[in-house]
Amino acid sequence: MMEILARTPRAPLARLVPLRIFRDNSREAILFGLICLMAVAINWRAPEYLAPKNFDNLLYNLSFLAILALGQLPVLLSRGIDLSQASVLALTGMLLALLSQGSPDLPAFAHVALALALGALLGATNGLFIAFLRIPPIIMTLGTMTVYRGLIYLLSGGAWVSSFEMSDAFKSIGAMRIAGLPLTFAIMIVATAGIWYLLSATRSGRNVYAVGGNPVAARLVGISERKVELLVYALSGMAAGLCGYLWTAHFAIAYTQAAEGREFAIVASCVIGGVSIAGGKGTVPGAFLGALFITVIDTSLPFLRISPFMQMAIIGAVILIAVAANAQAERQPGRQILRRSDEQNSGTEISPGDRS
Amino acid sequence: MDQPTVSIKGISKRFGGVRALTDVSFEAAAGEVLGLIGENGAGKSTLVKILTGIHVPDSGTISCAGQACEFSGPQDAAAAGISAIQQEPTMFDELSVAENIFVGAQPRTPNLKRVDWRQMRLEASRLLAEIGVDLDPDLPLRNLSVAERHLVSLARALSTDARLIIFDEPTAALSQSEIQHLYGIIERLREQGKAIIFISHKFDEIFRICDRFVVLRDGSKVGSGRISDTDQAGLIRMMVGRELTEIYPKAEAEIGGTILSVTGFSHPTEFDDISFDLRRGEVLGFYGLVGAGRTELMEAIFGLKTRSAGELSIDGRPISIRSPRQAMAAGLAYVPEDRQRHGGILGFSIGANLSLPILDRLSRWGLLSARREEALANEYGRKIEVKAANWAQKLEELSGGNQQKVVLGKWLATQPRIVILDEPTKGIDVGTKSSVHRLIGDLVRQGLSVIMVSSELEEVLGMADRMVVMSRGKISAILDRGDFSQDAVMAAAAGLKPNAGNRRAS
Repeated sequence: MMEILARTPRAPLARLVPLRIFRDNSREAILFGLICLMAVAINWRAPEYLAPKNFDNLLYNLSFLAILALGQLPVLLSRGIDLSQASVLALTGMLLALLSQGSPDLPAFAHVALALALGALLGATNGLFIAFLRIPPIIMTLGTMTVYRGLIYLLSGGAWVSSFEMSDAFKSIGAMRIAGLPLTFAIMIVATAGIWYLLSATRSGRNVYAVGGNPVAARLVGISERKVELLVYALSGMAAGLCGYLWTAHFAIAYTQAAEGREFAIVASCVIGGVSIAGGKGTVPGAFLGALFITVIDTSLPFLRISPFMQMAIIGAVILIAVAANAQAERQPGRQILRRSDEQNSGTEISPGDRS
Repeated sequence: MDQPTVSIKGISKRFGGVRALTDVSFEAAAGEVLGLIGENGAGKSTLVKILTGIHVPDSGTISCAGQACEFSGPQDAAAAGISAIQQEPTMFDELSVAENIFVGAQPRTPNLKRVDWRQMRLEASRLLAEIGVDLDPDLPLRNLSVAERHLVSLARALSTDARLIIFDEPTAALSQSEIQHLYGIIERLREQGKAIIFISHKFDEIFRICDRFVVLRDGSKVGSGRISDTDQAGLIRMMVGRELTEIYPKAEAEIGGTILSVTGFSHPTEFDDISFDLRRGEVLGFYGLVGAGRTELMEAIFGLKTRSAGELSIDGRPISIRSPRQAMAAGLAYVPEDRQRHGGILGFSIGANLSLPILDRLSRWGLLSARREEALANEYGRKIEVKAANWAQKLEELSGGNQQKVVLGKWLATQPRIVILDEPTKGIDVGTKSSVHRLIGDLVRQGLSVIMVSSELEEVLGMADRMVVMSRGKISAILDRGDFSQDAVMAAAAGLKPNAGNRRAS
């Protein structure tokens, strides 16, 4: 049996956490604890924050961000990035709103199916260019971010589609409730479970981790990078498309600037949740908690009576601090070349003989 | 077994203008260890890549168990039963041991086609037990040592039911006891009737484990036979094609007094209590296994890495070096190991590369003088014998060996007194190697002092006046040229207690 070197000791903090699931995922546990603390503190300052009315608002916001972040997760895992999600969201929302104007008889769930298909198509376009023309993901998705946003202007002529122009079926999903909770929230839970199943229980999902973790090694074991890329960008687009419909149905408005600038919050959700921008590393619970963290900050500032003019800057700064703290925790504990003397086998010590 | 497990015939491969392999043929038979021997750049790795389906040969055929087979990708080679354990296993740090073994081919549940994690763990444990390793299949790979990674990668080869297993310099980063364990595993595999190709340029290993050998030189097969019919000198002649003294022309330089003296250099994780002296006109070799902390030490001496303790003096005067700029001002030059990454700028011309560290000397009022740059390129370009059309040629157009010479020349232009060379001949061919060595000889004859870090034992043995051997961040021996022997050095590098004969105070 070989001697086993360089075993990293478990962080002492993790040992204090009683639940096994959290002990193995100390990062998630810490993040979860932090979010709870934040929520309690905010609620103490502003008791109306967790009151039913606002709680609903929080659930909707969480659902939108979590769906987007979980779509982003596989992309980041594969060493890519998808900056076009917000534009896909807005474009899908606008297309469906216009469609509902034209054909008000379309049943509610047909919209969901269409949104998924449309999103997948827009996302797969990214995937095709990235996989086959080897365009760097950041350039490709910045490009489609602009192109898709531009298409909304073309389609709508810059005009809004507002509540009274949409069919009732279209808007119904945005208001429907299931077991007392918004249907949107339930859909988010199902989507999360779906991504989790894909990533942890299917070969395709494991291949995403492999390609992102070590593309060369993945090629050597015969994993097709292209298939993985097509899959992750299609998924990311699908998530954005789904979110686009749910968003438009909930707010009952489709407009050109919908979700503009949310790219940062999406990617930050993942990074705060421990997903590595360098690929190969990240979990579904992590990305979900990251989205929860950002949602709590996002929604709490008005309750804390912070000037609306300062809110954006504060949100950005808090996210950056969280990401930086994460990066610090992420740092490799350093290769241990030197063996401490207490670990040395007897006889390793050799006095330097010749010292002229 | 009548049919050889794998036989290759007339394999040739070119990369651009470079012939990597020319008409190579041999057979690997079941229950036999075939040693594939050759210098760096002899074509061993290219051959492995062809056998494992990563490269497609320009001509020639591979047949498995008598049937011709063509590989269009790594998965084809794996399906044909060929598997390789790379020198530095390419694997997945963030995945578990079990998943590293089965990645891309995870066992799945019959109905839902879900990844069957339980089955995967069981299978992984079984395969690991088969090679006598007790590893938790759930451990993430990043927690494993290099030796353990090799074993995981071997378990992967066994999981695909490989009939031919290629070990590509498997012992390069292993300790003595780990190497012994590996021999045991290879012998067991041989008894099970696997064909094995063992790549190495360490002779003790080849004689210890191989049944037959094939020697490659400059991409061609130059010899083969039974290992029992040959000896070390014979193999060296085939490998090198010339006598060793030609490759390692030891310059007879006058050795003077101490110029650089390092005392008690320490770093929290990389090295500890390092003390040595360097004398004028001396080549001081630094030998150790990969990861012994030599490069990190040199970076600390040159001010690239912060040390936690230790003194440095030049000409007997203590001196503080906290940045490369200060090191250069003190007369040090450092030629790093990875010339592609740290050494030269590929898109720059030879002249521009040479002048880079001394631009301020070549310019007046902030403007670079083209005339002086040209003169400099002429002077040092000649000195280092670069083979190039002219000094305006870009570095990327030169061969690896010539690139290395330019990087060397660039540092010589700073007119240093002490030159630190980190792996000066890594990955360059034998011919250029000897000209780099001649250049080192010229340096010490001019009164410079050279610290030469090398993982190639022969190079240190051949070129150094004295040798510092490091093991796990500490100095394990300092040897005079008269005491050089392969055994003493290898033992010290592995961190073993040397024989009484090797422990000698001057």
